[in-house]
Amino acid sequence: MGLSTRILQGSTALVMAAALAAPAAAEPVKMGIVTFLSGGAAGPFGVPARNSAELMIEAINAGTLPAPYNSAGLAGEMIDPIYVDENSKQKNADFQKLVEKDGVELVVGYISSSSCKAIAPEAEKLQKLTVLFDCGTPQIFEDIVTEPKYTFRSAATATMDNVAAARYLQDTGVSTQKVAGINQNYAWGQDSWRDFSESMNILEDSPEVVTEQFPKVYAGQYGSEISALLTSKPDVVHSSFWGGDMEAFVIQGSARGLFERSRVVLTAGETAMYSLAKQIPDGTIIGARGPHGDLAPESALNDWFRAAYEKRFGTLPTYPSYKMAQALLGVKAAADKAGAADQQALIGALTGLEWEGPSGKVSMALAGGHQAIQDTAYGTFELSDDGEAKLVNVIRYSAECVNPPAGAKSVEWIKSGFNGTSCN
Amino acid sequence: MLTAVAIAVDGLGFAAWLFLSSVGLTLIYGVMRILNIAHGGFYALGAYASAWAIGLYVQTGNPVALSYLIIPVMAVIAGTVAGLLIERGVLRFMYGRDEVLMVLVTYALFLILEDVTKLIWGTDSYVAWQPAYALGTVDIMGIPYTVYKLAIIGVAVICGGSLWWGLTHTRVGKLLLVVIEDREVAGALGINVTKFFTVTFLIGATLGALGGALTAPEISVVPGIGAEVIVMAFAVIVIGGMGSIPGAVIGALIVGFARATSVHLYPPAELFSIYLVMAAVLAVKPYGLFALSEGRKI
Repeated sequence: MGLSTRILQGSTALVMAAALAAPAAAEPVKMGIVTFLSGGAAGPFGVPARNSAELMIEAINAGTLPAPYNSAGLAGEMIDPIYVDENSKQKNADFQKLVEKDGVELVVGYISSSSCKAIAPEAEKLQKLTVLFDCGTPQIFEDIVTEPKYTFRSAATATMDNVAAARYLQDTGVSTQKVAGINQNYAWGQDSWRDFSESMNILEDSPEVVTEQFPKVYAGQYGSEISALLTSKPDVVHSSFWGGDMEAFVIQGSARGLFERSRVVLTAGETAMYSLAKQIPDGTIIGARGPHGDLAPESALNDWFRAAYEKRFGTLPTYPSYKMAQALLGVKAAADKAGAADQQALIGALTGLEWEGPSGKVSMALAGGHQAIQDTAYGTFELSDDGEAKLVNVIRYSAECVNPPAGAKSVEWIKSGFNGTSCN
Repeated sequence: MLTAVAIAVDGLGFAAWLFLSSVGLTLIYGVMRILNIAHGGFYALGAYASAWAIGLYVQTGNPVALSYLIIPVMAVIAGTVAGLLIERGVLRFMYGRDEVLMVLVTYALFLILEDVTKLIWGTDSYVAWQPAYALGTVDIMGIPYTVYKLAIIGVAVICGGSLWWGLTHTRVGKLLLVVIEDREVAGALGINVTKFFTVTFLIGATLGALGGALTAPEISVVPGIGAEVIVMAFAVIVIGGMGSIPGAVIGALIVGFARATSVHLYPPAELFSIYLVMAAVLAVKPYGLFALSEGRKI
C-alpha cells in the first residue's frame, strides 16, 4: 500500500468519522399561521398579526430577542412558518390540509370567534396542537371543547374585556342609569354584550337597557342604529365592534354627535386610535383586548417589540400584533422549558404555563391550564393640542379581578356577583 | 312620533344607498340578461378610488369643497376603465350563453376584481371622512343627520330621475327600452344590439362605482365591501323585478323601510326583516313587483 493510498484511506476515514459524529441537521418545526389575509378583517387584524408573526419568527430563529428569549429557535429548532388565509369558506379543510398534507407540528392562529368555534373541535379530532391567539368568545372552553387536550388559547376571553369595561365606568364615576349596546350579530358581539350588561347589572344595580342593536358583521351602514341610539338617549353606549365596522361606526356616530351625547365604550377601539384620531371625540373609552399597544406596561421586551415592529413596518403595532407575539413567545417559552419542540413536549409545557409577553405576564390558568388570563387596562381617549392621540385616566385591572376563577363559567361567575374575585 | 320620523329619514337614507348600489345591476340585467355578480367589484373599485383620491387631495392641504368633484370623477374613471376591460375583454365573447353560465363568469370576474383592488390599494383600510363631515348636520326633531346623507338621497333621486328621463324622452333611451323588451325584435328592427350592450355595461359599471364612491366618505373602505353590497343589491332587484328600474326604486324603498322599522322597533329582526319582505313579495309575485314581461317564444 503506497503512501498516497494510506493518506487517502486515512482522510476518508476521518471524514466519515466526522460525519457520523456530527449531529444530524435538525428538521425545522413546521408551524401553521392562520390569520385573515383577505376580507374585511385583513387590514386591521390579519395583516398586523401576520407582520408580527414574521418579525417574531425571524427573531426567534436568529436568537435576537431580549432575555429570557435570547436563545435561537424553539429549544434550538428553527421555525418554518406556513401562512394560511383565515378568510376561507373551508376553514376546517384548510386546517386538515395543514395537519395531514403539510405535516405541521402545531398551528397558531384564528382571529374570528366563528373560526375558533369551528377549529377547536377539529384540533381535538385531528389531535393537533393548536394555539388560538386572538378570538374572544368564552364558549370555546366553556361549551364547545370542555376537556381540551390539544387546543390552547394564549389570550384572555371577551369576558375580561367587558367586565373590565364595566369596572372602568364604575371607577371613573360615569353616569350609567341608561345603557345601550351596538354589537355585531355573532358569537363575539353577543357574548360581549351579555358579559357587559350582566356586569353592569351587578356593579351598577341593574341600569335600564334602552336599546340593544345587533347589526350583521361587515354591515358598514349604521344610520338607523345610530338614530335608535340617539332617540333612546343612553348615558353609555357599549360596542365591541372591531376593524372596519368599528371605524365606520366612529365616522358615522361621531359626525352625528352620538359620542358627545353618550359616553361610548369601544372595547376594541385601540386599532383606530391613530387612524381616526380626529374623529374619536375626547372622552371615548378605549380598550385594546388586553394591556396591549398604548396600554402595555413598560418593559425591555415591549420596547424591543415596538421599536422592531415600527422599524420594519413603518407603523406602531396594534393589539393583534401584540397578541400574535404573545402566542409565539408562549410557544417558545414552552419549548425552551421542555427542551424539545415536538407536540407532546409542547403540550406538556404549555399546560398551566406562565410567561412574559410584550404586554406583561400571561398565565394559562383556566380550562385545565389551556386558557390564558392576563391583566388588562382601559383608558380615556384624548387628542392633545399638538394632535397627538393618547389614552388618559388609564386604570389597570389584575387578571384575577376581571377573569373568572378556574372551573367557573363566565356568565355564571358574573351573575354570582364575581364570586371568588379579588380586585386589589 | 320621534321614532316614526327617525324611521322615515333612516329608511329613506338606506333606500337611497340601496338604489344607487343596485340600479346598475338591474339595468345590466334588463338589457343584457346578465346577473352581474362583478357589480360588487365595481362598487368596491369606486369606493377605493374615491377614498384614496380624497385622502391624497385633502392631505396635501387642498380645500374640502372641491373634494366633492373627486367622487363622480373617480366613479366615472373606475367604472369606465373596469367596465370597458370586462365587457370588451371577456363578456362580448360570451353573449348568448346560458344565464347561469354568465353568473359563474361574472362571479369569477368579481373575485378577480377583489384581488385587483388588493393589488392596487393593499389590505389597509382607507377613510375619507372629510366630505361627510364638512357639510355638517341638520336636526330633524332633535336627531342630528349629516347633510351628506341627505345629499346622497338627493343624488339617488337625480340618478333615478335622469335614468327615467333618459329612457323615456331620448331616442337612445327609447331604443334601449326596445332592447330591454325584446333583443331579437330589436335586432330585427336594425338596432345595433351589441353596441347597446357595451354602452349599457359601461353605464351600469359606472353606477356601481358611483354607489361605492359616494359611500366611501361614510365608511371605512376595507377589502370585502363588494361582497356585502352585492347581497343587498340582489335582494333589492329581486323584490322589484330583475331588470326593472322602477322596480329597483320600489325594492330599495321596501328594504330600506323594512330595515329601519326593525332597527327602531324590534332590533333582533333587523336582518331577518329584509328577507322576510323578500319572501313575502316573491310568494305573491314570483318574478318581483315589476318583472319584465316575457313573450312566449315558439
